[in-house]
Amino acid sequence: MSGSQFGLFGNDPWWLVIGKSVAVFGLLVLLTLFTIWWERRVVSRMQNRIGPNRVGPFGLLQSLMDGFKLAFKEEILPKSAHVGVYWIAPVISATAAFVAFAVIPFGPTVSIFGVETPLQLTDFPVSVLYVLAIASIGVYGLVLAGWASGSTYPLLGGLRSTAQVISYEIAMGLSFVGVFLYAGSMSTSEIVIAQEPIWYAVILLPSFLIYVTSMVGETNRAPFDLPEAEGELVGGFHTEYSSLKFALFFLAEYINMVTVSALATTLFLGGYLAPWPLSLWESANTGWWPVLWWLIKVQLFIFLFIWLRATLPRMRYDQFMKFGWKILIPISIVWIFIIAIARLFRDSVSVTNTQLLVGGAIVIAVLLIGSWLFQLRADKRDAAAELELDERRARPFDANAGGYPVPPLPGERFEYTSRRAMAAGTVATTTVAVAAPETTNEEAPDA
Amino acid sequence: MESSRFIVLPAPLIHEAPEHYACIGREGFHKRAKSFSYEQGAIDPVNVYTPILILGILAFGFAAFSIIIATLTGPKRYNRAKVDAYECGIEPTPQPMGGGRFPVKYYLTAMMFIIFDIELVFLYPWAVAFDQLELFGFLAMALFLFNLAVPFVYEWRRGGLEWD
Repeated sequence: MSGSQFGLFGNDPWWLVIGKSVAVFGLLVLLTLFTIWWERRVVSRMQNRIGPNRVGPFGLLQSLMDGFKLAFKEEILPKSAHVGVYWIAPVISATAAFVAFAVIPFGPTVSIFGVETPLQLTDFPVSVLYVLAIASIGVYGLVLAGWASGSTYPLLGGLRSTAQVISYEIAMGLSFVGVFLYAGSMSTSEIVIAQEPIWYAVILLPSFLIYVTSMVGETNRAPFDLPEAEGELVGGFHTEYSSLKFALFFLAEYINMVTVSALATTLFLGGYLAPWPLSLWESANTGWWPVLWWLIKVQLFIFLFIWLRATLPRMRYDQFMKFGWKILIPISIVWIFIIAIARLFRDSVSVTNTQLLVGGAIVIAVLLIGSWLFQLRADKRDAAAELELDERRARPFDANAGGYPVPPLPGERFEYTSRRAMAAGTVATTTVAVAAPETTNEEAPDA
Repeated sequence: MESSRFIVLPAPLIHEAPEHYACIGREGFHKRAKSFSYEQGAIDPVNVYTPILILGILAFGFAAFSIIIATLTGPKRYNRAKVDAYECGIEPTPQPMGGGRFPVKYYLTAMMFIIFDIELVFLYPWAVAFDQLELFGFLAMALFLFNLAVPFVYEWRRGGLEWD
């Protein structure tokens, strides 16, 4: 089945290729407009507001009108901007976002005007790798936008964004390995078909969870929206962008959201295949119906994005990077090993149950001992840190150390020395206060 | 830096693919050859990649058109303060971040990314061909990942992954 379907790719007549390209393009623009509206409505409801409801039925045309409005806004070219790069950056972002969607399957083979064709723009043996590659090109848009603006906040935002996207791309890429291992293919259409017996979200649950986490980081969405942390970086890399150039970044962000959701659907939720109760119906996986299942699954992920944004506070940057590098990546690698070993046992190595049990017991024992040792060291480190903190607390805080008064940090006590006392020479200088902590400790509250 | 992201398959290589992959194992080669129909030439690399080009042209055209149209439709009212770098109203930094220098941490992250990205590029074909590679492939990959884990742990211990 898979062979025959794969063979259809690249056999479309010209008019169909162009038609499908336009359809994918239109679908992405429509989904973006819808998602922006949907996000605003849902977040509003979650915050006890109503949200946009004036333009069109239920406010559905709001985002379209916002787009038009942006077209009539002034374009501001910052004085310090590098003009060429400043202009090309949003184009790179938007183009990469659109192009990445080319390999997403949203339906099985259907007949369009008498031509049998898969409901997918194109596919080839390495199409998931292609999505990752295009996602990397999209990063250029962010970093160039930040750099070319010639302004502090965009530069910081662009750098952060890049560091974030590339860090989470590794976790994302590692979560795919399990899928490739089970599907035996990197082509999106074959992966979907390989999930006919069971979705990979079920048998590869850790991979799925890692992917869902990293896809939020990858698209710079809350709670990982640090590049756009308005409290510290204004708007991040697009601070200096206005008018339709800003709209293009916005468009790219939402298309990326749709793309990663669609990729999650393709790789883990069985793509366009009907979910269980519906799959009992014979024609659920034929004709145009699968497009509906696909759309529902993608919308579930988009709702998850919105829900996360409305629920979770933004993470701190160091926590975020720590989470990516020290938790997601090691877990992914260990999980890949577990899958590979399980697969190996199933495929080639013939072991008895006793051997398997003994092996498992050894592995568990090693893990337990390892975690115990780790915990012991962590406890020791914590104790040392606690001791050091106590020591620091015991020391009096010299607020005038650098010749400039600073407010004490939390946990530090301010030793008040009145000017009169200083003038009288009771406390000669602040350095004395540090040298003889006992005396100042006694005097300070009374003085 | 980005060159590792792409697996460039020139057209002749795709046609030669069955021989090229033959080392994977006889069974695998037959399965692969059938499912991708290399032999019948059903996959013409030009045709498979053409839709991407068309979509890319559409997207690029749309983006370029939006940018150009916005210069025509938008108003233009010059104001010196408006074209300054935006820093919440205070005087902008003359050279953002010390004249184009930025923290070395970003380079470290980028280098780690490249290392792990290459790992990914190795892992993918291994995962796809896992059933044909059997125990040898598994051990080879375990060795490779171990080699990769050593510098990772080293960097972790030396504080290369600490952010502030």
